[in-house]
Amino acid sequence: MQLIRPDININFLAKRKIALSFSAVMLLVSLALIGFKGLNLGIDFTGGTLVEVRFEKAVPAAYIRAAITPAGYGNAVIQEFGSPEEILIRVQNQEGVEASTISTAILDGLTETFGADEVEMRRVEFVGPQVGEELKSSGMWAVIYTLGGILIYVMVRFKLRFALGADAALLHDIIIVVGVFSALQLEFSLSVVAALLTVLGYSLNDTIVVFDRIRENFADNKQKKKPEDEVSVCNASINQTLSRTLMTSITTLLVVFSLYFFGGEVIHNFAFALLVGIAVGTYSSIFIASPIMLSLEGKFEMSEEELKELEARP
Amino acid sequence: MQKYAPWKFWLIITVLVGSVMGSLPNIMTIPSWWPASLSQPMNLGLDLKGGIHLVVDVDIEKVIEQQVSDNINTIRRSLREEKIRYKKLGNDATQVSVVLKKPEQADKAARLLKKVMLGYEMAQPEADTITFTISETEAKEIKSYAIEQTIEVIRRRVDALGTTEPVIMRQGDRRVLVQIPGYEDSARAKLIIGQTAQLEFKLVDEKGDLDAAVAGRIPPGDMIAYFEDGRPILLKKRTELSGKDVAMARITIDSQSNQPAVSLKFNNQGGRKFDRLTKENVKKRFAILLEGKVQSAPVIQERISGGTAQITGAFTTKDAQNLAIVLRAGALPAPIKVVEERSIGPSLGQDSIDQGLNSIIYGFVAVLLFMLVYYRLFGLFANIALAFNIVLIAAAMSMIGATLTLPGIAGIVLTIGMAVDANVLIFERIREELNLGKTPLAAIDSGYDKAFSTIMDANITTLIAAIVLFQFGSGPIKGFAVTLSVGILASMFTAIVVTRAITYLAYRNKKKLKSLSI
Repeated sequence: MQLIRPDININFLAKRKIALSFSAVMLLVSLALIGFKGLNLGIDFTGGTLVEVRFEKAVPAAYIRAAITPAGYGNAVIQEFGSPEEILIRVQNQEGVEASTISTAILDGLTETFGADEVEMRRVEFVGPQVGEELKSSGMWAVIYTLGGILIYVMVRFKLRFALGADAALLHDIIIVVGVFSALQLEFSLSVVAALLTVLGYSLNDTIVVFDRIRENFADNKQKKKPEDEVSVCNASINQTLSRTLMTSITTLLVVFSLYFFGGEVIHNFAFALLVGIAVGTYSSIFIASPIMLSLEGKFEMSEEELKELEARP
Repeated sequence: MQKYAPWKFWLIITVLVGSVMGSLPNIMTIPSWWPASLSQPMNLGLDLKGGIHLVVDVDIEKVIEQQVSDNINTIRRSLREEKIRYKKLGNDATQVSVVLKKPEQADKAARLLKKVMLGYEMAQPEADTITFTISETEAKEIKSYAIEQTIEVIRRRVDALGTTEPVIMRQGDRRVLVQIPGYEDSARAKLIIGQTAQLEFKLVDEKGDLDAAVAGRIPPGDMIAYFEDGRPILLKKRTELSGKDVAMARITIDSQSNQPAVSLKFNNQGGRKFDRLTKENVKKRFAILLEGKVQSAPVIQERISGGTAQITGAFTTKDAQNLAIVLRAGALPAPIKVVEERSIGPSLGQDSIDQGLNSIIYGFVAVLLFMLVYYRLFGLFANIALAFNIVLIAAAMSMIGATLTLPGIAGIVLTIGMAVDANVLIFERIREELNLGKTPLAAIDSGYDKAFSTIMDANITTLIAAIVLFQFGSGPIKGFAVTLSVGILASMFTAIVVTRAITYLAYRNKKKLKSLSI
């Protein structure tokens, strides 16, 4: 079976202006959303307390609120989590309250009102304000270090303009995924950051495969009597790897769908970030990485010696 | 077709046998003769097993300040012995300074104090003032010691909860990680772990003027303390006995009030101190303070030589039980604060395991079918490698003692999708080579050869992301990074080496092969 004909030759790069404009709009919208609407940051980053409980039978949120109001948490965010019996209760850190005891007060309030047999503690998460700040900065640094590490590796294995093209595509992917989280106001937690880093790895994987082929074809092209221009070589490379790009996206999406539908509520957002990221990452390795790399032509031009050196590499 | 080196077959067979053996402990009880290195099942993380996960912050500045202020006594004693008089002696968080009456004695005092103030750096005396600052190495040592002690005390307290295999370890500069698998009562765990358990016995100053003291005129050597209900009481500052003097503490019922109470048994030294305290102060009162709050202030009726005492107060049975535990385990060297908690109830853990397994199975089956339909015989080769890959990941995780978390399961699921990537690369390349008109066998050879460097580049970059994740991630995220890395390495082996061996076995004798089932 073959989805992509072997002689396929879509002129992707002819459409690069459209693709780049489309991406530019997506990026602007994402950045505007992140800037104005903001992210629904989870307690990993804001600090606070999260209590997940399961009731024997579904209880209206108003009753739950009434049960925890005497303890002083009437303003808590109460929401369903996967099923009507499962409830998430979220409280911000408060000045002057020993924050680690908030969950205790909430659970006590619930068991007093509904009885110990009716309520089951599923999960308690508490993040102190300082830890929240630390997680925020370490999450940010993780993304920066990954981008940096990748930049260096691609630079060593390829050339600077390839590395810049790859990093531009990656940044594009991250910003759009974060933008989607902002648009849907999905909870942005530590595990979503992990998903972002995975998307980085995945999207880069895709880009590298294309670049690898471009490098190979550049080298072959140099030996021809009538060398073609860089754009058509790149375009040919994208087409040659198109089948593989789609195949891997399909198999990966298959498993991520499986995670999304069967993996449970706790990793729902993680799986969703992967879904969006893999889709965007596939697009960007075709439409963003190579055009950016090409647009840097001349700025970081390969000299004859460099090309010879490239051919010598494995 | 290129010859396939025999040693590679042996390598594959060894790895295959090893990984099947190494992953079996996860699904069945293994016989006793099984090799020890292959007998460990995977560790399950707290998010799968259920349990309490706490990170506590140790107030180490307080410990250093305490240490610095303790040295005031050292200075006082030394100066008194040499008959050097001083006007002022005080300290802040990291410094002690003394102001002398006669500036001309400064040199002599400096020489003298330098000998006793070990671990401190002395500033050049300014006229009549000598200042000592705690040295960085000393401060570091004190911090380390305080953290070690905190870990020891927490361990004793957690052990008293009757749990198995708690993990208590240092995390970073000033934090301690506490994990109690299989324990649910997060409130009690926090209460038991977090109490400083500062127990103090102090004499009551009966002669002092309490009202004047409350107004701010505290008699020298005295202090004000408060009962739980807010009543003030004037005490001598000096601590007669402390938690260090306690050998044993247990819950009891107070015979007079019929209320729960905690009975204390002092160690030898504590017994002697208590004996002297009660002998010299009959008919006077002393106060028992816990965390700085007065629990009771009984009148000493007679000398008590038995080395026992009883703490009464408005305790519930549970309070008294918890108090006995923390007093038995000893006091924390510094106040601690819970700064992070991630506790999972047992039912959520089991749900996560079930859901995780489901998503692995469904994802695996979907990929198997897809590969089979799309690449036919070669799809089957890739599927064999993929199954091998999963067994290899399970074995590797078990052997290196890695911890499987829920994100870790997600990592395995993702690996299943991405592991076939290497095969996709190779197979697509073989198809291309066939289209270029190469013979099937030549196409296989050059497909593998040409795809190799691409596969390396693609996987190494993913590995970079995984390593960064491991460095920066905490707890469960680390688990994800581990399975992702193990998965990448395992998939490179199975997708390149193993499928190559299979294709070699399948096609080595078919020199006249016309087409490939790919």
